[in-house]
Amino acid sequence: MNEPIYSASAKHENFDCLVRGLWKENPVLVSLLGCCPTLAVSNSVINAVSMGLATTFVLICSSALISMLRRFIPKEVRIGTFIVIIATFVTVADYLIQAISLEIHKALGAFLALIVVNCIILGRAEAFASKNTIAKSILDAIGSGIGFTLAIVCMGTIREILGNGSFAGIDLFGPSFEPWVIMILPCGGFFIFGTLMLGANIVNTRQRAKAKLGA
Amino acid sequence: MNMESPGFIFINACIINNFIFSYFLGICPFLGVSGKWETASRMGIAVTFVMIISSTCAYGINLLLTWLDVQFLQLICYIVVIASTVQLVEMFMKKYSPALFRALGIFLPLITTNCAILAVALFQTNRQYNILQSIVFAIGGGLGFTLALVIMSGIREELELSKVPPMIKGAALTLIIAGILSLGFMGFAGLGGGG
Repeated sequence: MNEPIYSASAKHENFDCLVRGLWKENPVLVSLLGCCPTLAVSNSVINAVSMGLATTFVLICSSALISMLRRFIPKEVRIGTFIVIIATFVTVADYLIQAISLEIHKALGAFLALIVVNCIILGRAEAFASKNTIAKSILDAIGSGIGFTLAIVCMGTIREILGNGSFAGIDLFGPSFEPWVIMILPCGGFFIFGTLMLGANIVNTRQRAKAKLGA
Repeated sequence: MNMESPGFIFINACIINNFIFSYFLGICPFLGVSGKWETASRMGIAVTFVMIISSTCAYGINLLLTWLDVQFLQLICYIVVIASTVQLVEMFMKKYSPALFRALGIFLPLITTNCAILAVALFQTNRQYNILQSIVFAIGGGLGFTLALVIMSGIREELELSKVPPMIKGAALTLIIAGILSLGFMGFAGLGGGG
Protein backbone atom coordinates (compact mmCIF):
# COMPACT_ATOMS: atom_id res chain seq x y z
CA MET A 1 0.00 0.00 0.00
CA ASN A 2 2.88 2.30 0.80
CA GLU A 3 4.55 1.83 -2.55
CA PRO A 4 2.13 2.95 -5.23
CA ILE A 5 4.99 3.52 -7.69
CA TYR A 6 5.56 -0.18 -8.18
CA SER A 7 3.36 -2.01 -10.58
CA ALA A 8 2.11 -5.45 -9.61
CA SER A 9 4.78 -7.20 -11.67
CA ALA A 10 7.62 -5.14 -10.22
CA LYS A 11 6.39 -6.00 -6.75
CA HIS A 12 6.28 -9.64 -7.69
CA GLU A 13 9.81 -9.44 -9.00
CA ASN A 14 11.05 -7.88 -5.77
CA PHE A 15 9.31 -10.56 -3.76
CA ASP A 16 10.93 -13.17 -5.97
CA CYS A 17 14.38 -11.67 -5.28
CA LEU A 18 13.74 -12.13 -1.59
CA VAL A 19 12.23 -15.61 -1.59
CA ARG A 20 14.39 -17.25 -4.23
CA GLY A 21 17.35 -17.65 -1.88
CA LEU A 22 15.30 -19.54 0.70
CA TRP A 23 14.72 -22.79 -1.11
CA LYS A 24 14.74 -22.69 -4.91
CA GLU A 25 18.24 -21.25 -5.10
CA ASN A 26 19.31 -21.95 -1.56
CA PRO A 27 23.02 -21.08 -1.61
CA VAL A 28 24.08 -24.06 0.47
CA LEU A 29 21.75 -26.90 -0.40
CA VAL A 30 21.24 -26.19 -4.09
CA SER A 31 24.19 -24.16 -5.33
CA LEU A 32 26.71 -25.81 -2.97
CA LEU A 33 28.27 -22.48 -2.03
CA GLY A 34 29.71 -21.70 1.36
CA CYS A 35 30.00 -25.29 2.45
CA CYS A 36 33.07 -24.72 4.59
CA PRO A 37 31.46 -22.63 7.33
CA THR A 38 28.30 -24.73 7.07
CA LEU A 39 30.29 -27.81 7.99
CA ALA A 40 32.75 -26.22 10.37
CA VAL A 41 30.74 -24.12 12.78
CA SER A 42 27.51 -26.11 12.81
CA ASN A 43 28.48 -28.13 15.87
CA SER A 44 26.14 -26.14 18.08
CA VAL A 45 23.02 -24.06 17.48
CA ILE A 46 24.41 -20.88 19.02
CA ASN A 47 27.54 -20.99 16.86
CA ALA A 48 25.42 -21.66 13.81
CA VAL A 49 23.04 -18.76 14.50
CA SER A 50 25.84 -16.28 15.13
CA MET A 51 27.72 -17.42 12.04
CA GLY A 52 24.55 -17.11 9.95
CA LEU A 53 23.80 -13.64 11.25
CA ALA A 54 27.38 -12.43 10.77
CA THR A 55 27.41 -13.70 7.20
CA THR A 56 24.01 -12.14 6.49
CA PHE A 57 25.25 -8.81 7.85
CA VAL A 58 28.33 -8.87 5.63
CA LEU A 59 26.27 -10.02 2.66
CA ILE A 60 23.72 -7.20 2.99
CA CYS A 61 26.29 -4.44 3.55
CA SER A 62 28.62 -5.53 0.78
CA SER A 63 25.78 -6.12 -1.69
CA ALA A 64 24.42 -2.64 -1.01
CA LEU A 65 27.82 -0.97 -1.41
CA ILE A 66 28.76 -2.94 -4.51
CA SER A 67 25.41 -2.18 -6.09
CA MET A 68 25.89 1.50 -5.27
CA LEU A 69 29.34 1.54 -6.85
CA ARG A 70 28.50 -0.71 -9.79
CA ARG A 71 28.85 2.08 -12.35
CA PHE A 72 32.26 3.18 -11.05
CA ILE A 73 34.05 -0.14 -10.73
CA PRO A 74 36.08 -0.95 -13.87
CA LYS A 75 35.29 -4.39 -15.20
CA GLU A 76 38.89 -5.62 -15.15
CA VAL A 77 39.44 -5.15 -11.45
CA ARG A 78 35.94 -5.91 -10.22
CA ILE A 79 36.74 -9.14 -8.37
CA GLY A 80 39.59 -7.48 -6.49
CA THR A 81 37.39 -4.53 -5.61
CA PHE A 82 34.59 -6.80 -4.41
CA ILE A 83 36.96 -8.74 -2.19
CA VAL A 84 38.39 -5.61 -0.63
CA ILE A 85 34.86 -4.32 0.07
CA ILE A 86 33.86 -7.66 1.57
CA ALA A 87 37.03 -7.84 3.66
CA THR A 88 36.25 -4.42 5.08
CA PHE A 89 32.81 -5.47 6.28
CA VAL A 90 34.14 -8.76 7.63
CA THR A 91 36.64 -6.83 9.72
CA VAL A 92 33.74 -4.72 11.02
CA ALA A 93 31.72 -7.85 11.84
CA ASP A 94 34.74 -9.47 13.48
CA TYR A 95 35.31 -6.55 15.85
CA LEU A 96 31.55 -6.19 16.43
CA ILE A 97 31.18 -9.78 17.61
CA GLN A 98 34.30 -9.45 19.72
CA ALA A 99 32.63 -6.49 21.42
CA ILE A 100 29.29 -8.23 21.91
CA SER A 101 30.44 -11.62 23.12
CA LEU A 102 34.02 -12.70 23.53
CA GLU A 103 32.85 -16.26 24.08
CA ILE A 104 31.19 -16.58 20.68
CA HIS A 105 34.16 -14.88 19.09
CA LYS A 106 36.42 -17.55 20.57
CA ALA A 107 34.12 -20.40 19.50
CA LEU A 108 33.94 -19.19 15.90
CA GLY A 109 37.66 -18.44 15.85
CA ALA A 110 39.26 -18.13 12.45
CA PHE A 111 35.99 -18.90 10.72
CA LEU A 112 34.76 -15.41 11.44
CA ALA A 113 37.61 -13.94 9.41
CA LEU A 114 37.07 -16.63 6.82
CA ILE A 115 33.68 -15.11 5.91
CA VAL A 116 35.79 -13.14 3.42
CA VAL A 117 36.26 -16.24 1.31
CA ASN A 118 32.68 -17.42 1.65
CA CYS A 119 31.71 -18.02 -1.96
CA ILE A 120 28.09 -16.99 -1.32
CA ILE A 121 29.05 -13.36 -0.81
CA LEU A 122 31.34 -13.06 -3.81
CA GLY A 123 28.86 -15.10 -5.85
CA ARG A 124 25.94 -12.78 -5.07
CA ALA A 125 28.15 -9.72 -5.69
CA GLU A 126 29.25 -10.99 -9.07
CA ALA A 127 25.98 -12.51 -10.21
CA PHE A 128 23.48 -10.04 -8.82
CA ALA A 129 24.60 -6.91 -7.00
CA SER A 130 26.94 -5.73 -9.75
CA LYS A 131 24.05 -5.69 -12.21
CA ASN A 132 20.97 -4.62 -10.26
CA THR A 133 19.57 -1.67 -8.33
CA ILE A 134 20.35 -1.15 -4.66
CA ALA A 135 16.89 -2.09 -3.38
CA LYS A 136 16.82 -5.33 -5.33
CA SER A 137 20.38 -6.22 -4.34
CA ILE A 138 19.55 -5.72 -0.67
CA LEU A 139 16.44 -7.90 -0.98
CA ASP A 140 18.46 -10.56 -2.76
CA ALA A 141 21.16 -10.39 -0.08
CA ILE A 142 18.57 -10.74 2.69
CA GLY A 143 17.07 -13.76 0.91
CA SER A 144 20.39 -15.50 0.38
CA GLY A 145 21.55 -14.63 3.87
CA ILE A 146 18.43 -16.10 5.46
CA GLY A 147 18.72 -19.15 3.21
CA PHE A 148 22.28 -19.67 4.41
CA THR A 149 21.28 -19.11 8.04
CA LEU A 150 18.44 -21.62 7.70
CA ALA A 151 20.72 -24.28 6.27
CA ILE A 152 23.45 -23.80 8.87
CA VAL A 153 20.97 -23.65 11.78
CA CYS A 154 19.31 -26.79 10.48
CA MET A 155 22.70 -28.56 10.49
CA GLY A 156 23.52 -27.12 13.90
CA THR A 157 20.22 -28.30 15.39
CA ILE A 158 20.61 -31.86 14.15
CA ARG A 159 24.24 -32.10 15.18
CA GLU A 160 23.73 -30.64 18.63
CA ILE A 161 20.66 -32.75 19.41
CA LEU A 162 22.30 -35.98 18.29
CA GLY A 163 25.80 -35.26 19.48
CA ASN A 164 25.13 -33.48 22.74
CA GLY A 165 21.48 -34.15 23.54
CA SER A 166 20.76 -30.46 23.88
CA PHE A 167 19.33 -27.55 21.92
CA ALA A 168 21.10 -24.18 22.22
CA GLY A 169 22.63 -25.36 25.48
CA ILE A 170 19.33 -26.57 27.02
CA ASP A 171 19.44 -30.22 27.99
CA LEU A 172 16.70 -32.17 26.18
CA PHE A 173 16.92 -35.78 27.18
CA GLY A 174 18.24 -35.83 30.73
CA PRO A 175 21.17 -37.81 32.05
CA SER A 176 20.17 -41.19 30.61
CA PHE A 177 20.94 -40.02 27.07
CA GLU A 178 24.19 -41.33 25.67
CA PRO A 179 25.46 -38.57 23.35
CA TRP A 180 26.37 -39.59 19.83
CA VAL A 181 29.74 -37.86 19.99
CA ILE A 182 30.63 -38.56 16.41
CA MET A 183 28.02 -36.04 15.28
CA ILE A 184 29.90 -33.10 16.80
CA LEU A 185 33.19 -34.35 15.43
CA PRO A 186 34.14 -33.36 11.86
CA CYS A 187 32.95 -36.57 10.26
CA GLY A 188 29.44 -36.05 11.64
CA GLY A 189 29.33 -32.76 9.74
CA PHE A 190 30.02 -34.52 6.48
CA PHE A 191 27.43 -37.22 7.19
CA ILE A 192 24.66 -34.81 8.13
CA PHE A 193 25.40 -32.48 5.23
CA GLY A 194 25.40 -35.39 2.80
CA THR A 195 22.12 -36.66 4.19
CA LEU A 196 20.52 -33.21 4.04
CA MET A 197 21.60 -32.86 0.46
CA LEU A 198 20.19 -36.25 -0.33
CA GLY A 199 16.90 -35.10 1.21
CA ALA A 200 16.88 -31.91 -0.86
CA ASN A 201 17.63 -33.96 -4.00
CA ILE A 202 14.75 -36.33 -3.30
CA VAL A 203 12.28 -33.48 -2.74
CA ASN A 204 13.41 -31.64 -5.87
CA THR A 205 13.35 -34.76 -8.05
CA ARG A 206 9.82 -35.61 -6.88
CA GLN A 207 8.67 -32.06 -7.58
CA ARG A 208 10.15 -32.16 -11.04
CA ALA A 209 8.50 -35.50 -11.75
CA LYS A 210 5.18 -34.10 -10.58
CA ALA A 211 5.57 -31.01 -12.75
CA LYS A 212 6.28 -33.27 -15.71
CA LEU A 213 3.15 -35.32 -15.05
CA GLY A 214 1.10 -32.13 -14.75
CA ALA A 215 2.42 -30.83 -18.06
CA MET B 1 56.79 -17.39 20.84
CA ASN B 2 55.60 -20.83 19.97
CA MET B 3 58.35 -23.43 20.15
CA GLU B 4 56.79 -26.41 18.36
CA SER B 5 59.25 -28.34 16.23
CA PRO B 6 58.84 -28.04 12.43
CA GLY B 7 58.46 -31.80 12.08
CA PHE B 8 55.53 -31.85 14.45
CA ILE B 9 53.91 -28.89 12.72
CA PHE B 10 54.27 -30.63 9.38
CA ILE B 11 52.66 -33.90 10.51
CA ASN B 12 50.01 -32.01 12.41
CA ALA B 13 48.98 -29.86 9.44
CA CYS B 14 49.25 -32.67 6.92
CA ILE B 15 47.62 -35.62 8.65
CA ILE B 16 46.36 -35.13 12.19
CA ASN B 17 44.50 -31.92 11.55
CA ASN B 18 44.06 -32.33 7.82
CA PHE B 19 42.59 -29.14 6.41
CA ILE B 20 39.74 -30.87 4.66
CA PHE B 21 38.87 -33.69 7.01
CA SER B 22 39.16 -31.93 10.30
CA TYR B 23 38.99 -28.19 9.67
CA PHE B 24 36.58 -28.23 6.70
CA LEU B 25 38.65 -25.75 4.77
CA GLY B 26 38.61 -25.79 1.00
CA ILE B 27 35.52 -27.93 0.64
CA CYS B 28 34.42 -26.21 -2.59
CA PRO B 29 37.42 -27.29 -4.72
CA PHE B 30 37.35 -30.61 -2.87
CA LEU B 31 33.83 -31.28 -4.16
CA GLY B 32 34.44 -29.59 -7.49
CA VAL B 33 37.69 -30.93 -8.91
CA SER B 34 38.04 -34.30 -7.20
CA GLY B 35 36.44 -36.10 -10.14
CA LYS B 36 39.64 -37.03 -11.98
CA TRP B 37 42.97 -38.09 -10.54
CA GLU B 38 45.04 -35.86 -12.78
CA THR B 39 43.17 -32.60 -12.24
CA ALA B 40 42.96 -33.32 -8.53
CA SER B 41 46.69 -33.78 -8.08
CA ARG B 42 47.59 -30.75 -10.18
CA MET B 43 45.03 -28.63 -8.34
CA GLY B 44 46.57 -29.78 -5.08
CA ILE B 45 50.02 -28.75 -6.24
CA ALA B 46 48.77 -25.34 -7.42
CA VAL B 47 47.10 -24.78 -4.04
CA THR B 48 50.25 -25.85 -2.19
CA PHE B 49 52.33 -23.44 -4.25
CA VAL B 50 49.98 -20.51 -3.62
CA MET B 51 49.89 -21.45 0.06
CA ILE B 52 53.67 -21.37 0.44
CA ILE B 53 54.05 -18.01 -1.29
CA SER B 54 51.13 -16.36 0.47
CA SER B 55 52.18 -17.72 3.84
CA THR B 56 55.67 -16.27 3.42
CA CYS B 57 54.24 -12.93 2.32
CA ALA B 58 51.71 -12.98 5.15
CA TYR B 59 54.53 -13.41 7.64
CA GLY B 60 56.25 -10.29 6.32
CA ILE B 61 53.02 -8.32 6.18
CA ASN B 62 52.17 -9.24 9.73
CA LEU B 63 55.53 -7.94 10.94
CA LEU B 64 54.96 -4.70 9.05
CA LEU B 65 51.39 -4.27 10.33
CA THR B 66 52.46 -4.96 13.91
CA TRP B 67 55.23 -2.41 13.55
CA LEU B 68 52.78 0.17 12.20
CA ASP B 69 50.21 -0.91 14.82
CA VAL B 70 47.39 -1.34 12.30
CA GLN B 71 46.46 -5.00 12.79
CA PHE B 72 42.87 -4.35 11.75
CA LEU B 73 44.11 -4.15 8.16
CA GLN B 74 45.40 -7.72 8.40
CA LEU B 75 42.50 -9.39 6.64
CA ILE B 76 42.43 -6.94 3.74
CA CYS B 77 46.19 -7.18 3.17
CA TYR B 78 46.21 -10.97 3.29
CA ILE B 79 43.43 -11.35 0.78
CA VAL B 80 45.07 -8.92 -1.63
CA VAL B 81 48.35 -10.85 -1.44
CA ILE B 82 46.56 -14.13 -2.07
CA ALA B 83 44.65 -12.71 -5.01
CA SER B 84 47.84 -11.48 -6.65
CA THR B 85 49.63 -14.79 -6.07
CA VAL B 86 46.77 -16.63 -7.70
CA GLN B 87 46.96 -14.27 -10.65
CA LEU B 88 50.66 -15.08 -10.94
CA VAL B 89 50.09 -18.83 -10.87
CA GLU B 90 47.34 -18.42 -13.44
CA MET B 91 49.59 -16.56 -15.88
CA PHE B 92 52.38 -19.06 -15.32
CA MET B 93 50.10 -22.01 -15.99
CA LYS B 94 48.49 -20.43 -19.04
CA LYS B 95 51.91 -20.08 -20.59
CA TYR B 96 53.46 -23.43 -19.69
CA SER B 97 50.53 -25.81 -19.49
CA PRO B 98 47.47 -24.59 -21.41
CA ALA B 99 45.83 -28.02 -21.24
CA LEU B 100 45.94 -28.02 -17.46
CA PHE B 101 44.77 -24.42 -17.46
CA ARG B 102 41.65 -25.44 -19.35
CA ALA B 103 41.09 -28.52 -17.20
CA LEU B 104 41.11 -26.53 -13.98
CA GLY B 105 38.85 -23.92 -15.57
CA ILE B 106 36.91 -21.78 -13.13
CA PHE B 107 38.54 -23.43 -10.13
CA LEU B 108 41.88 -21.75 -10.77
CA PRO B 109 40.72 -18.17 -10.11
CA LEU B 110 38.58 -19.60 -7.33
CA ILE B 111 41.74 -20.57 -5.44
CA THR B 112 41.51 -16.96 -4.28
CA THR B 113 38.38 -17.82 -2.36
CA ASN B 114 39.79 -21.11 -1.13
CA CYS B 115 39.42 -20.87 2.62
CA ALA B 116 42.42 -23.12 3.21
CA ILE B 117 44.88 -20.54 1.91
CA LEU B 118 43.58 -17.62 3.93
CA ALA B 119 43.33 -19.97 6.90
CA VAL B 120 47.03 -20.84 6.70
CA ALA B 121 47.86 -17.13 6.88
CA LEU B 122 45.44 -16.54 9.77
CA PHE B 123 46.41 -19.62 11.78
CA GLN B 124 50.12 -18.90 11.57
CA THR B 125 49.48 -15.38 12.83
CA ASN B 126 47.24 -16.62 15.64
CA ARG B 127 49.73 -19.25 16.73
CA GLN B 128 52.68 -16.87 16.38
CA TYR B 129 54.78 -19.16 14.22
CA ASN B 130 58.19 -17.91 13.14
CA ILE B 131 59.17 -17.86 9.48
CA LEU B 132 60.45 -21.44 9.34
CA GLN B 133 57.41 -22.78 11.18
CA SER B 134 55.11 -20.80 8.88
CA ILE B 135 56.61 -22.24 5.73
CA VAL B 136 56.57 -25.78 7.10
CA PHE B 137 52.96 -25.27 8.17
CA ALA B 138 52.04 -24.10 4.66
CA ILE B 139 53.81 -27.06 3.01
CA GLY B 140 52.17 -29.50 5.40
CA GLY B 141 48.74 -27.99 4.93
CA GLY B 142 49.13 -27.95 1.15
CA LEU B 143 50.31 -31.55 0.99
CA GLY B 144 47.48 -32.61 3.29
CA PHE B 145 45.02 -30.89 0.98
CA THR B 146 46.58 -32.63 -2.03
CA LEU B 147 46.45 -35.96 -0.22
CA ALA B 148 42.74 -35.55 0.50
CA LEU B 149 41.99 -34.55 -3.10
CA VAL B 150 43.96 -37.48 -4.51
CA ILE B 151 42.35 -40.06 -2.22
CA MET B 152 38.90 -38.70 -3.04
CA SER B 153 39.54 -38.63 -6.80
CA GLY B 154 40.69 -42.25 -6.69
CA ILE B 155 37.48 -43.29 -4.99
CA ARG B 156 35.34 -41.23 -7.32
CA GLU B 157 36.99 -42.68 -10.42
CA GLU B 158 36.07 -46.14 -9.17
CA LEU B 159 32.55 -45.00 -8.37
CA GLU B 160 32.02 -43.91 -11.97
CA LEU B 161 32.06 -47.58 -12.89
CA SER B 162 29.66 -48.76 -10.23
CA LYS B 163 25.92 -48.41 -10.06
CA VAL B 164 24.58 -45.92 -7.55
CA PRO B 165 21.01 -44.66 -7.07
CA PRO B 166 20.52 -41.47 -9.12
CA MET B 167 19.23 -39.54 -6.10
CA ILE B 168 22.50 -39.71 -4.21
CA LYS B 169 24.79 -39.13 -7.18
CA GLY B 170 27.06 -36.10 -7.05
CA ALA B 171 27.65 -33.97 -4.02
CA ALA B 172 25.62 -36.01 -1.55
CA LEU B 173 27.60 -39.19 -2.19
CA THR B 174 30.91 -37.32 -2.18
CA LEU B 175 30.09 -35.79 1.19
CA ILE B 176 29.14 -39.09 2.77
CA ILE B 177 32.36 -40.68 1.49
CA ALA B 178 34.26 -37.68 2.84
CA GLY B 179 32.61 -38.39 6.18
CA ILE B 180 33.89 -41.96 6.14
CA LEU B 181 37.39 -40.76 5.16
CA SER B 182 37.27 -38.19 7.94
CA LEU B 183 36.39 -40.99 10.35
CA GLY B 184 39.54 -42.75 9.19
CA PHE B 185 41.68 -39.66 9.62
CA MET B 186 40.39 -39.34 13.17
CA GLY B 187 42.46 -42.41 13.92
CA PHE B 188 45.58 -40.26 13.62
CA ALA B 189 44.35 -37.99 16.40
CA GLY B 190 46.51 -39.54 19.10
CA LEU B 191 49.65 -39.24 17.01
CA GLY B 192 50.73 -35.83 18.20
CA GLY B 193 49.54 -36.07 21.77
CA GLY B 194 46.32 -34.19 20.97
CA GLY B 195 46.39 -31.20 18.79
